[in-house]
Amino acid sequence: MNASPALLDLSRLQFAVTAMYHFLFVPLTLGLSVLIAIMESVYVMTARPIWRDMTQFWGILFGINFAMGVATGITMEFQFGTNWAYYSHYVGDIFGVPLAIEGLMAFFLEATFIGLFFFGWHRLSRLQHLIVTWLVAIGSNLSALWILIANAWMQNPTGAHFNPDTMRMELDSIGAVIFNPVAQAKFVHTVSAGYVTGAVFVLAISAWYLLKGRHLEVAKRSATVAISFGLAAALSVVVLGDESGYMLTAHQKMKIAAIESMWHTEPAPASFTLFGIPDSAAHATYAQVKIPWLLGLIATRSIDEPVQGIDELVADARRRIVDGIPAYGALRELRRNPADAAARATLAAHVGDLGYALLLRKYVDDPAQATPAEITRASWDTVPPVGSMFWSFRLMVGLGFFFIGLFAVGFYLAARRKLLASRRFLRVALWTLPLPWIAAEIGWFVAEHGRQPWAIDGVLPTFLAVSSVPTANVALSLAGFVIFYSVLAVIDVILLKKYVRIGPAGDAPAADRPA
Amino acid sequence: MFAYATLKVIWWALLGALLIGFAIMDGFDLGVGMLLPFIAHGDTERRVVINTVGPVWEGNQVWLILGGGAIFAAWPSLYAASFSGFYLAMMAVLAALILRPVGFKFRSKMPGVRWRANWDLALFVGGAVPALVFGVACGNLFRGVPFRFDGDLRAHYAFGFFDLLNPFSVFCGLVSVAMLTTHGAVYLAIKTDGALAQRARRVSRFAALAWAILFALAGVWLWSSGYGLAIKSGAAPGGESDPLAKIAVLQSGAWFANYARWPSAMLVPALGLAAPLLVAALAGIRQRLVVFAVSGLGIAGVIGTMGASLFPFLLPSSSHPGSSLTVWDASSSERTLNIMLIAVVVLLPIVIGYTAWVYHVLRGPVTSAHIESNRDTSY
Repeated sequence: MNASPALLDLSRLQFAVTAMYHFLFVPLTLGLSVLIAIMESVYVMTARPIWRDMTQFWGILFGINFAMGVATGITMEFQFGTNWAYYSHYVGDIFGVPLAIEGLMAFFLEATFIGLFFFGWHRLSRLQHLIVTWLVAIGSNLSALWILIANAWMQNPTGAHFNPDTMRMELDSIGAVIFNPVAQAKFVHTVSAGYVTGAVFVLAISAWYLLKGRHLEVAKRSATVAISFGLAAALSVVVLGDESGYMLTAHQKMKIAAIESMWHTEPAPASFTLFGIPDSAAHATYAQVKIPWLLGLIATRSIDEPVQGIDELVADARRRIVDGIPAYGALRELRRNPADAAARATLAAHVGDLGYALLLRKYVDDPAQATPAEITRASWDTVPPVGSMFWSFRLMVGLGFFFIGLFAVGFYLAARRKLLASRRFLRVALWTLPLPWIAAEIGWFVAEHGRQPWAIDGVLPTFLAVSSVPTANVALSLAGFVIFYSVLAVIDVILLKKYVRIGPAGDAPAADRPA
Repeated sequence: MFAYATLKVIWWALLGALLIGFAIMDGFDLGVGMLLPFIAHGDTERRVVINTVGPVWEGNQVWLILGGGAIFAAWPSLYAASFSGFYLAMMAVLAALILRPVGFKFRSKMPGVRWRANWDLALFVGGAVPALVFGVACGNLFRGVPFRFDGDLRAHYAFGFFDLLNPFSVFCGLVSVAMLTTHGAVYLAIKTDGALAQRARRVSRFAALAWAILFALAGVWLWSSGYGLAIKSGAAPGGESDPLAKIAVLQSGAWFANYARWPSAMLVPALGLAAPLLVAALAGIRQRLVVFAVSGLGIAGVIGTMGASLFPFLLPSSSHPGSSLTVWDASSSERTLNIMLIAVVVLLPIVIGYTAWVYHVLRGPVTSAHIESNRDTSY
C-alpha cells in the first residue's frame, strides 16, 4: 500500500519549502556570527569604540535574522516525524544521533549565549563579552556540522546495516557516520557559502552607505573586513565544492552524470560540458561546448579513472534491482517466521540491494511479481531530472566564480585605498546582495533533487518514506507554512531595512566628521 | 556497559528527565507568555514582563529541540508514530512556537500601538497553545490512541484532530495550563518588583490552587474511567525492538497497577499534588527561589506521574493494543542507546553549567526604570 502521488508530492513540496525558507536565514547566521566576532575581537584588542559600534550595529541585523532562523528551524526538527514517519522509523537509529547531538553540543551553546550577546554589554567585561560572541559563532558553526553529518548520511549511508528483526537500519559505527567523506566536503562547502553570504551582506550594505556618503567610518572598515573574509570564503566554496564526495556511491555518480548531462560513459579523463542543451527523451545533449579533461579532474581527482554515463549507471541499477528481489522475498519470509534460517541466509547474501528492490514497490506490491518492463522503468527512475540539474549546477558555479571576482576586485581597490572612489564597484557590490541566497538555494536543489528517487541513497526510496497521514492535512499545513512564513519574511525584510536606514549608533553624519 | 534492558530503562528515565527539563525551563517562559496580556498594565510593564524572559527563553526552548532529537535517536518508533499521528496538533504547536522568536525580537522594534498589541497576542498564543496541546496529548496517552502497525512496521491511524479533543484529554490540557501559569507567575515574582511582583504573587497563589485541584480531579477521573492497558505475553525487555512481537490487552484500572506493585511510586503523584499546595502556601515568602524550586518539583511530580502510571507503555494503542509502543519494543539499538547515553552524560552537565552562569550574570529583577533607560535595546 503506497502513498498516493498527491500525498507524496505535497509532503515533498512542504519539506522543500520549509527547508528553503530555513536556509534563507541560516547562511547569514553562519557568516555574520563570525564577522561580528572578528569585529569585536578588533575592538577588544584595539579598544577603539568604533569597532564596538560596528559589532553592535551588525549585531542588531544578526538578531533579526537569527529570530527567523530559529522560527523556521523548529519545524525542521519535527517534520521528519510528522511527515516522514516511515523514514524516521527506518533510519532513526542512525539519523537521529547527529540531530540529538546537534541540540546538546551546538544549539544549546548558540541559543544560551545569544541572550548575553544582546543583554550582556553592561554586565560583562570586554573579554567576557568577546568570549560570549565567539561561543555564539562557534555554536552556529557546530550546529551546521552536525546537521550536515545527518544530511551526508542520506547521500552516503555508511556505518549501518539492515536488521530484519526490527525492520530498520541500525548503527554499526558512529565514527563512520561522523567522518563520512561526504559530510566533510559538505561542511566546508556549506559553511564557506555561509561566510560568503555574510560577507556579501556586510559589503553590500556598507557599499550603500559609501554611495550615500553616510556612516563612512563604519562602512569603510566593515567593507574591508567583509572583502578580506569574503575573498577567502569564496575561494574555499569553489575549490572545496562538495563534488569531491560524488564518486563514492552509485547514486552520487548518477548525480554527477545528470549534472553533466552525460548520457554515455566517456573515456578518461572526461571533458567538462561548459554549455549544452540536454534532451531527456533522446538521451542526447546538443550544441555542446566542452573543456577537455576538466570533469575527470574535478570528479575523480585523477586522469585515468572514467566518469560513468547515465546509460551505464542505469544498467547497474537494473542489475541491483534484480539482485535485490530475493532479499525482499526472504525478508517477507522472515517477518512471518523469524526462525527461518534459509531465508536469513538469502537475505544476508542480497541485503546490499534490498533498497533497489524497494524501488519496484512503486509499481507492484510484491517485487517478485514485477515484469521486465517494470524493472526497466524502476531502473530508469534512478535518473534525476537531467535538464534542471544541468542548468542549476551551472548557475551556481557561475555565481561562485562571480563572488571570487567581486571580492578580488574589492581587495585590490581596498589595498590601493580606492574603494570610496570606485562608485561602479560599490554599485555592483550593492546589487550583488541577493545573489548568495540564490546560489545557496540552487545548491540545495542540486544536492537534494539530485538525490531522488531516494530518501536514503540506495536504501529507502522517497515514496516509501512518507507518513501515512491524510493528504488534506498536508495540504492544510503546507498552505499554512507558505502564508505564515511569507508574512514573517516580509516583516523581517521591513525591519532589516528600517535598521539599515537608521544605521550604526554613535556615528555622527559624515559631514560633521573630519575627512 | 549496561545490559540492553537496563539501557532501555535508563533511557525511559532520561526521556522523563528531558521532558521535565523542558517543562521547568521553557515552561516558565510559556507561562509568562500566557500571563502577558493579563498581568501587565501599559506598554512599559508589558516590556518588563517580556524582558524577564527575553535573554533566556531561546536557550530554554532548546530543551524542546533536544527532547525532539533525543526521542528521534533513542525512541525512533515513538517519534515516528506520535508526531505523525498527532499531525495537526503538532502543526498547531509548531505554528505557535514559530510566533515566539519573532514575537520577542520584533515587538519592540516598531513603535505602533496596534503592532505591539498584535505581537503581545502572538506571544500569548505562543505560550498558551503549546501548554494546552502538550497536556491534551498526554491525556490521550492515558486513553490510548487508535493506531496500528502493518507488517513493514508502518504506522496507520484511525483518528483525526478533533478525536484528540475528548473531555478527559482537554481536562489534562487544563492541568498543564494551570501548572505552567503557576510556574510563570512564580518566575515573574522573582524577576520583577513593586506592584507587578505583587500581582504575580497573587496569580501564582490562585493558579497553584487550580493546578492542585485539577490534578487531583484528573486522577479521580482516570480512576473511574477504566482506561488502561496491560502486556499479556511476549514482552522481551532485553530483545530487539519489534512492537508486533507482544500481546497486550485493554484492562480497566491497569494504569494504577504499578502503584500496587511498587507502593513507593505513590510518592510521585503525591509530589505532583503537594508541591502546588506548598507553592500556594508559600506564595508570600521572601525566599522566591525556594518557591520556584517547589514549583519545579511539582512539575517533575506531574510528568513523573504520567511515566509511573503508564510504564512500560509509551504510546498505547486503543484499537490494536498489540501495536502499542512500550519501553521494551520502541527503542533504538543497544549501540545507539549507549552512544547517546555517553553524549548526554558528557554534554548535558556542561550545558547546565553554562546555563547556570548565564542566569547568574542576568540575576536581579527587571524594572520599569531599566526599560525606560534602555528604550532602544530592550525587547
